[in-house]
Amino acid sequence: MKDKFTILRSTAVPLPAENIDTDQIIPARFLKATTREGFGDNLFRDWRYTPADEPISDFVLNNVSFSGKILVAGKNFGCGSSREHAAWAIYDYGFRVVVSSFFADIFKNNALNNAVLPVVVTDKFLQSLLETLQQNPQTEVIVDLVNQQISFDGKLEKFEINAYKKECLINGYDDIDYLLSLNKEIREFDLAH
Amino acid sequence: MSEQKPKTIFEKIWDAHVVKRAEGYPDALFIDRHYIHEVTSPQAFDGLRKRGIKVFNVNRTTATADHNVPTKDQHLPIKEALSRHQVETLRKNCAAFGVELYDLGHPFQGIVHIIGPELGLTQPGMTMVCGDSHTSTHGAFGSIAFGIGTSEVEQVLATQCILQYKPKTMKIEINGKLGKGVVSKDIILYIISKISASGATGFFVEYTGDAIRSLSMEARMTICNMSIEMGARGGLIAPDETTFNYMKGRKFAPQGAEFDKAVEKWKQLPSDAGAVYDVVLKYDAADIEPMITYGTNPGMGMKVTDRIPTVEELKEINEQVSFKKSLDYMGLEPGSALLGKAVDYVFIGSCTNARIEDLRLVASIVKGKKKANNVEVWVIPGSKQVEEQALKEGLNKVFEEAGFELRSPGCSACLGMNEDKVPPGKYCISTSNRNFEGRQGPRSRTFLASPLSAAVAAITGKVTDVREYI
Repeated sequence: MKDKFTILRSTAVPLPAENIDTDQIIPARFLKATTREGFGDNLFRDWRYTPADEPISDFVLNNVSFSGKILVAGKNFGCGSSREHAAWAIYDYGFRVVVSSFFADIFKNNALNNAVLPVVVTDKFLQSLLETLQQNPQTEVIVDLVNQQISFDGKLEKFEINAYKKECLINGYDDIDYLLSLNKEIREFDLAH
Repeated sequence: MSEQKPKTIFEKIWDAHVVKRAEGYPDALFIDRHYIHEVTSPQAFDGLRKRGIKVFNVNRTTATADHNVPTKDQHLPIKEALSRHQVETLRKNCAAFGVELYDLGHPFQGIVHIIGPELGLTQPGMTMVCGDSHTSTHGAFGSIAFGIGTSEVEQVLATQCILQYKPKTMKIEINGKLGKGVVSKDIILYIISKISASGATGFFVEYTGDAIRSLSMEARMTICNMSIEMGARGGLIAPDETTFNYMKGRKFAPQGAEFDKAVEKWKQLPSDAGAVYDVVLKYDAADIEPMITYGTNPGMGMKVTDRIPTVEELKEINEQVSFKKSLDYMGLEPGSALLGKAVDYVFIGSCTNARIEDLRLVASIVKGKKKANNVEVWVIPGSKQVEEQALKEGLNKVFEEAGFELRSPGCSACLGMNEDKVPPGKYCISTSNRNFEGRQGPRSRTFLASPLSAAVAAITGKVTDVREYI
């Protein structure tokens, strides 16, 4: 059982770069832990801190004007390595939604398996949201999973999500619960192959 | 005559592995082979413990230590405490759950995507997963293989199944004869440069055409390996005589009469005539030249003789911002050429290009020559078996005389996780698969290229067109 997600109202953090890969989200040298916790400290580590571990002031996570549970990023977010540590780092830092115009497949699955909702919006909506956040960091963004819509400043867009995954998020279900219920059928399949 | 709709090889394998298809649910897909390693498995085993369940079928599960291992002094305890703990955790988990582990020191240890095929564990028609995006490598045998996250590793350990939506299909056909100095790494870098790092997201790719058919299994693995670098769920190549010849006699492949029976089954796998793909792309092998990347994603590649695009040549404003950031990181000027650019490191290794054939390609270039003074050259065999074969063929002597350092198997400097890292600001020409910021170590700068191009750069100390050398 995981967190349940229905509606989230929050300020948001803009990160307009495209093709943000999972090595940026969490560099490999921080993948040595054997638990799921604590990765948030190293989220975007090399963009966030200098080699001497000083915060880099112009990086958005170090800018006190920006905060919130929603990360808004450029196209093709989460490409590269399949490391679920990327989704854990995003969750552990406190984000519950990532908004982009395009997500890499494996990251999208990993996020959904960790109660982080990837919201796919049009390029136009994304640009408008990024610009609005830059101008007014206090802008409230509303992500309504039940009605599959995202809105801010009177602008609204519907988003797609798979019906099964939506149900899992709303109820906090795991894929594994469903698969375990198929145990007998899987045993038979295994024996026949 | 069958009236069935013609199917692609992908559809044949997928449909044969669906345990349950229910309205409103993703398919429950049976997994024939599950590979695990130390980095993405510990939390999955913990999940099993919490639920009080066993591994569903240990005979379908194989483990090795690769990502986090040193490539020097592997017989000694791992120096770095966290890395050591992670490898020890894998040992404990495999012992507790009864999973076969090819640990450091075992003659079968190596990079997970290299050992599966060489042991014959990877076979045509199978479904395979691993908590690593380069699992797509195994598609070279005509199988469905893809990378998964740790929650999914737990699912597969617990149930031998994964919940998945069937991706769309893409056919990439390459016909014609490859030019001098052009190898499979150039083919895949060329394709990615054409369709971008996200050009195949949501698709499963099948590579076809006579240029692909002409390739060895090892070369095919290099192509399938990098399918993920254009966002594809996976990539595969239909099996043929080359595949069957490679499989024959492998330790875990079917033997004797069983092998002949298996081949008959495997021959049914290739896509039917008239099978329909969601997207079809065609390229001419004659257009492909030795390739190199200049930016910070694998789509930012060009012919080694080309120049980097200028900002104005990019259409989209958003793209321009990322492009400038990328070149700034790389310390390169838009519009400039890379030929002649000095490099500091040469890395020959990784699941992309660390098989014996790759080492032979490198040796063919460097035999009797010495590396340039300005470069450090690391050759990391993909597995203990590759290492042993290299010694048998005397490749170690070729590398030694050239001043290259031949180390022990592991993922090494491909991912900046273990001790092998490219220092900040330094340029590395690398046979690996990713040129992301910091991939080979914090602030490292990567040029992806073929083993031939890397080898020639080791000799000249700079980015060089290999065709001038052969």
